[in-house]
Amino acid sequence: MVVSMSEQRSTADDVGRSRFSGATSRRSFLKIGAVVGVTGLAGCSQSSGGEQSQQAQAGVSGETLTLTTTTSTYDTGLLDAIHPDFEEMYGVTVDAVAQGTGAALESARNGDSDVVMVHARGLEDEFMRNGYGINRRDLMFNDFVIVGPESDPAGIQGMGSATDALTTIAEAEAAFVSRGDNSGTHTKELNLWEAAGTDPGGDWYQETGTGMGEALNVANQQGAYTLSDRGTFISQRSEIDLTILVQGPIEGGPEILANPYGIMAVNPGVHDNANYDLAMAYIGWITSPGAQNAISEYTMNEEQLFFPEAVSEDPDFQQYVPEGWSSNSSDE
Amino acid sequence: MSLEPALLSPAVVDLPFREGYVRSIIYVSLYVSGIAVALSTLFSIPVAIVMGFTDFPGKQFVKSVINTGMGFPSVVVGLLVLFVVSNQGPLGSLELIFTKEAMIISQFVLATPPITAISLAAISGVSENVRDAARALGGTRLDVALVVIKEARYGIATAILAGFGRAISEVGSVLIVGGNITSASGISQTRTLTTAIQLEARQGQYDTAMVLGAVLLALVLTVNAVVVRFGDEGSVNR
Repeated sequence: MVVSMSEQRSTADDVGRSRFSGATSRRSFLKIGAVVGVTGLAGCSQSSGGEQSQQAQAGVSGETLTLTTTTSTYDTGLLDAIHPDFEEMYGVTVDAVAQGTGAALESARNGDSDVVMVHARGLEDEFMRNGYGINRRDLMFNDFVIVGPESDPAGIQGMGSATDALTTIAEAEAAFVSRGDNSGTHTKELNLWEAAGTDPGGDWYQETGTGMGEALNVANQQGAYTLSDRGTFISQRSEIDLTILVQGPIEGGPEILANPYGIMAVNPGVHDNANYDLAMAYIGWITSPGAQNAISEYTMNEEQLFFPEAVSEDPDFQQYVPEGWSSNSSDE
Repeated sequence: MSLEPALLSPAVVDLPFREGYVRSIIYVSLYVSGIAVALSTLFSIPVAIVMGFTDFPGKQFVKSVINTGMGFPSVVVGLLVLFVVSNQGPLGSLELIFTKEAMIISQFVLATPPITAISLAAISGVSENVRDAARALGGTRLDVALVVIKEARYGIATAILAGFGRAISEVGSVLIVGGNITSASGISQTRTLTTAIQLEARQGQYDTAMVLGAVLLALVLTVNAVVVRFGDEGSVNR
């Protein structure tokens, strides 16, 4: 790239004397291209390490499964911990895209993912009723907790009712941080306000429009209350000063704070490019005793984050259909 | 990259990163932005030359469109590219969503206006005398163009730097169309330095985010230094 510059004497003033050596001029032009080229090549030379090391096997091997899921499963690190098992078993790659539950379902609606793992039963049911999702399974659960600063300005500590706690926060006009992103947690929070018969608003109620981790950070900075899934809270507890003020059902709190996760394949009848075979293989694997065991063994700060519920002796037909659906319903 | 742990830079060994994580993120950032800027340059320079050398009706309008493009918000570009590459969109059959290629498309859209506009300004700034002299000496149109490019090379280098800076530092569009994906083994597929910083900040891991931010800064400084050095070399024998 080091070009001899002996011929490049020309300046604006003496350009008249310079020869029109096309080669020289072109070289200066190439230099600029070279800079960009080097930048690109620097990257290329280290590419293609692990990506395609396993294409030898037949079948689904070498394919990529796109999973859209929620920030609360992704940010806890659970998926990274359990996915290698699936990837090795089938010789495939799982691309996990962390979005809010609403966005995860929307990506699947557009045919941009093959399988969705979310936690908002109402939205999941709508997704199934519209024909986009099939083969839904209950996957695992944890619960929501209401967290806030230790000083607890509204005085909700130990309340047995989540709705009473929210009403108390609203009456005290204590700062409350809402996800505001149409995620599963946000949906749950809105349902709770509705159940409490309170319409949140005013300066004390702040929508961040961000993931759970970020919302916890904002609440932490502002000494505010927020609703969090237990998993994300535990995985982040060492970084923040918030504490659990109202427990969920795992620690004996109200059932309304339960947080069940479901998994669905994208309907190949709607999106024929959906990787249905691999999506079903994934659902089969993650609901298997082995993977369910791995989920229950995943801990953060020595606490279990998720409780598997796919493996059961008893039949649970409601997991396959929208809630309350019955084969006798006339409208189905 | 996971196959060559021995090459992992000692500087990042004691950080809370998995093996190869940072390297793969740097690679994705450079790969995506490098290719996007290269393509932008190949597109922008000829456009700037044509616009700098000819007059046509509506030229001012085209100029103002390009200038507006310089301020186009990256999330909006990401959204538009998402609609195009989504499986429901016109390019859906190519299955580009959540790939590096989709990220290259959106960064191309982002980097092209600044590269075109700044190159055009540089080319327009070359004195008429230079062009006239070149023509008077019997230069062909190509010769004249090459002389002008040579005269305008600092401006063009600045243009490419501006485009690269815009591409590698933007977070909105690559997050939307790329999906911020790493494989389970911690090797980035579509995670760039910017989206990684966003993720770490979301998780409250500000120290990790700061390290990645420092890496990004160092990267941009290095690229700038390399380009500036090229510019200096050009002037050594003046």
